[in-house]
Amino acid sequence: MEFATMMELLGSGFVFTLQIFLTTLVGALPLGVVVALARMSRFKPLALLARFYISVMRGTPLMLQLMALMFGPYYLLGLQMGNDWKYVACSVGFIVNYAAYFGEIYRSGIQSIPRGQYEAAAVLGYSRLQTFMKIVLPQVIKRILPAMSNEIITLVKDTSLAFVLGIMEMFSQAKAIAASQVSMVPYVVAGVIYWVFNFIVEIILTRVEKRLNYYHD
Amino acid sequence: MGNEQPLVLLEHAQKAFGGTPVLKDISLEVREGEVVAVIGPSGGGKSTLLRCLTLLETLDAGKLAYGDLVVAENDPNGRAAYAGKAVQKEAKTRFGLVFQNFNLFPHYTVMKNVADAPLHVQKRPKAEVEAEARALLAKMGLAGKEDMVPCELSGGQQQRVAIARALALNPEVLFFDEPTSALDPELTQEVLKVIRDLAAERMTMVIVTHEMSFARDVADRIVFMDGGVIVEEGPAAQLIGNPQHERTRAFLSRYGQK
Repeated sequence: MEFATMMELLGSGFVFTLQIFLTTLVGALPLGVVVALARMSRFKPLALLARFYISVMRGTPLMLQLMALMFGPYYLLGLQMGNDWKYVACSVGFIVNYAAYFGEIYRSGIQSIPRGQYEAAAVLGYSRLQTFMKIVLPQVIKRILPAMSNEIITLVKDTSLAFVLGIMEMFSQAKAIAASQVSMVPYVVAGVIYWVFNFIVEIILTRVEKRLNYYHD
Repeated sequence: MGNEQPLVLLEHAQKAFGGTPVLKDISLEVREGEVVAVIGPSGGGKSTLLRCLTLLETLDAGKLAYGDLVVAENDPNGRAAYAGKAVQKEAKTRFGLVFQNFNLFPHYTVMKNVADAPLHVQKRPKAEVEAEARALLAKMGLAGKEDMVPCELSGGQQQRVAIARALALNPEVLFFDEPTSALDPELTQEVLKVIRDLAAERMTMVIVTHEMSFARDVADRIVFMDGGVIVEEGPAAQLIGNPQHERTRAFLSRYGQK
């Protein structure tokens, strides 16, 4: 196989990789806020439910969760899902799993904001929503950025788990080419692409961190 | 003027934390233009008093009113019942609070710290708010610092921003919770000067402080609190110069005449 052909196949796989990555961020970044707020809720049943959800999401393999979503509808409910179900299962699985991790990071950030910030906002008449959106959340983002960077970089590599659903993302492509060509080269190239991608992610995240460095507390 | 209702009215206030009484039957009135200093040993209930007055804590029993707005009143069982959200929100527009450790918003510039609440809570027009904020900051000796963030300022400057922030909402009464306790003596003086200037303009203020000479100079009336009760209160010079109560004398001698 020509090198160019291999790159083309890996490139088409990378499009899926990028899609999974972006879909997960778009879904899990806001959903994590909901998870964190539920986990800290004073309404005990909701807090317990959130704890249980986080525990299951963190306590079982993501690969297993993806498979459960993929095959659960058929084996548990007898439902025939269409051919595109794997993409839905993949998006939902990644989002729901990463929201649990993000939620816990948000919670650590929210709980690190001093009480005085809430009290100052309360005395000035800010509503609860205003206090959270304007005062708390922006400070939380700065504080949790290093921890979030870790998760986001892990996510880039975790996208390869979509291979169990038969989605032809980059890792699946590399595997297929390696098998047909009896060669390790596709794995090496895929590895380099993952690393370069993460290198770019790191540069972006560092830039965001620098931008938020205009103040410290 | 004399028979007008007080700006702040607190009657028979009680507050306990986990069974430990912190405020035992406190009554306090503050009239327009008055400067009241609250002194007393740590743990005597001064901060709790301010926190109850500013709705950061709720009273167990008693009455709290801001002018004609009754915020809390005893129900038939003798427990404090609070008015609805709308009344509390309205009450919050009538007072401001300056904290011991400033509690500025670190991610906002000085300007935004001062102007944000008038803009987004009171929803006043931007041009007017910003002009007023600029004037307030200039009055606090902070002209030219509008675009800085709090961490670039000294503690004394930060506290003056906090005072400007509280004043920007045009409160009727301003509360101070040990405003200089986190500052070294030099920075303390610059903050006290600003408060003195406000007193000279007849700004109504209630100041919890450990600065005895400042309290004597600036306050019309001093309230001495200990053990959750008001032990003694009276005109500043009289309370400090000729305290009637043994506990007041003991406290003042321990504190020296600094």
